[in-house]
Amino acid sequence: MSSISVSTTVNGDPVDFVCTPDESLLDALRNRMGLTGAKEGCGTGDCGACSVTLNGRLVCSCLVLAAEAEGAEIATVEGMAGPEGLHPLQRAFIDHAALQCGVCTPGILVAAKALLERNPDPSDEEVRYWLAGNLCRCTGYDKIVRAVQAAAAEMRSA
Amino acid sequence: MRYEKPQTVADAARLLTAEKGITRVLGGGTDVLVQLKAGMVEPDLIVDIKALPGIRAIVAEAGGFRIGAAVSNAQLGEDAAVRAMWPGVVEAAGLIGSTQVQGRATMAGNLCNASPAGDAVPALVAAGAVARVAGPGAARDVPVEAIPAGPGKTTLKRGEFITSILLPARPAKSGDAYLRFIPRTEMDIAVASAAVSLTLNDHGVITAARVALGAVAPTVRLVDDAAAAIIGTKLHDDALAALAAACSAACAPIDDKRGTIEFRTEVAGVLAKRAARIAYTRAGGQA
Ligand SMILES: Cc1cc2nc3c(=O)[nH]c(=O)nc-3n(C[C@H](O)[C@H](O)[C@H](O)COP(=O)(O)OP(=O)(O)OC[C@H]3O[C@@H](n4cnc5c(N)ncnc54)[C@H](O)[C@@H]3O)c2cc1C
Ligand code: FES
Ligand code: FES
Repeated sequence: MSSISVSTTVNGDPVDFVCTPDESLLDALRNRMGLTGAKEGCGTGDCGACSVTLNGRLVCSCLVLAAEAEGAEIATVEGMAGPEGLHPLQRAFIDHAALQCGVCTPGILVAAKALLERNPDPSDEEVRYWLAGNLCRCTGYDKIVRAVQAAAAEMRSA
Repeated sequence: MRYEKPQTVADAARLLTAEKGITRVLGGGTDVLVQLKAGMVEPDLIVDIKALPGIRAIVAEAGGFRIGAAVSNAQLGEDAAVRAMWPGVVEAAGLIGSTQVQGRATMAGNLCNASPAGDAVPALVAAGAVARVAGPGAARDVPVEAIPAGPGKTTLKRGEFITSILLPARPAKSGDAYLRFIPRTEMDIAVASAAVSLTLNDHGVITAARVALGAVAPTVRLVDDAAAAIIGTKLHDDALAALAAACSAACAPIDDKRGTIEFRTEVAGVLAKRAARIAYTRAGGQA
């Protein structure tokens, strides 16, 4: 299979990589760029552990071809913390014990950030619907919803 | 496998026509990538249509809206004007998958994947939507119900693909709605579904209607008898009963772990009644 060279932007930095035509963006992020935050839970769009944003839209990176990243802007969990430290969502997840094994956490953080950018004051129901494609086997979701709401409140008052 | 991202419709058609092996058009990829991963298909060529001019645009046309084939359902749902005119279509597309899937999945992909349970398809059929098909020859317009040929099969010919779907203009006092039955509240495949689009006169009498059913036959069904059962009525109980009976009579479902033949046949009628009531209220009728 021939290889394709791709020029893209990841978390604001220009990145060039080479991939095969059938390679997923998730595999390219993990294996070519060393960004292992996004996880493969299922590889078929069901679990959301691979969530990233592509040109500002939340997507499953397992359902995007790496070649489609050409000229695109990608954001992953690795870009969430700023120079001043963790993102409010990341801190809230720690404070509320909204993670156990942590496999789902990067995807949920990226998804929750995308939600709060669109809707800074969501209801619990809106949080649950938005995150319906992010499966967690450990926490039971309640703490996740509470952590998202705590971060949202903090970000609104900032 | 080769991956190509042509910049013109003519180039896309040329690539698809010239390839001797298996080809796949790539829209949002939410079916294509799952099928690749499962080894269900091993294409020789993938043609990504997302760089074609206008393919991601929603444009007002002739009183309706032309929806580019690569418009994601998330983008569609954010368009207040389309939502106001065709709420049932927008809601149906909005039911597909998670937030992540919504960011990528398209109505054209839902139509061309040709699953009998595709959620956008019954609503598009009820709406009288028309697909614009490009290919090696001149572009042609095809009613959406003529695209699926059976599970996973379409009537599109070699080298052909959809560039846009037209949601037509509609008279005042019109409404549409789509409902599906799934065992969960999110992220599941329809066991049965129904879409209704209708228009009323000033007295609340239905003057035109289209009724379509999903997941109860090899393809989505446009049920003329069901529409006939409510045209000329104010959607009273006897009209609703006739609508449900006509829908159940049009069902030829499969029996599987998701639902039995009897269950699907009954539920399709119930969903059609409920969808008709919602459409009627949206059209301004007093139900
Ligand atoms: C987690 C998950 C949940 C899902 N939930 C639902 C659901 O609730 N309801 C539902 O109906 N579906 C569901 N799906 C299936 C899928 O998301 C939909 O069918 C979607 O609409 C496909 O659109 P797409 O743009 O991603 O299609 P693609 O994957 O790009 O394409 C699908 C098929 O159509 C062809 N195609 C695409 N665009 C064109 C075109 N313009 N012209 C010609 N052929 C074309 C492709 O070659 C392919 O055969 C789900 C999928 C996932 C992964
Ligand atoms: S790995 Fe992508 S959704 Fe599960
Ligand atoms: S913390 Fe283990 S899957 Fe969510």
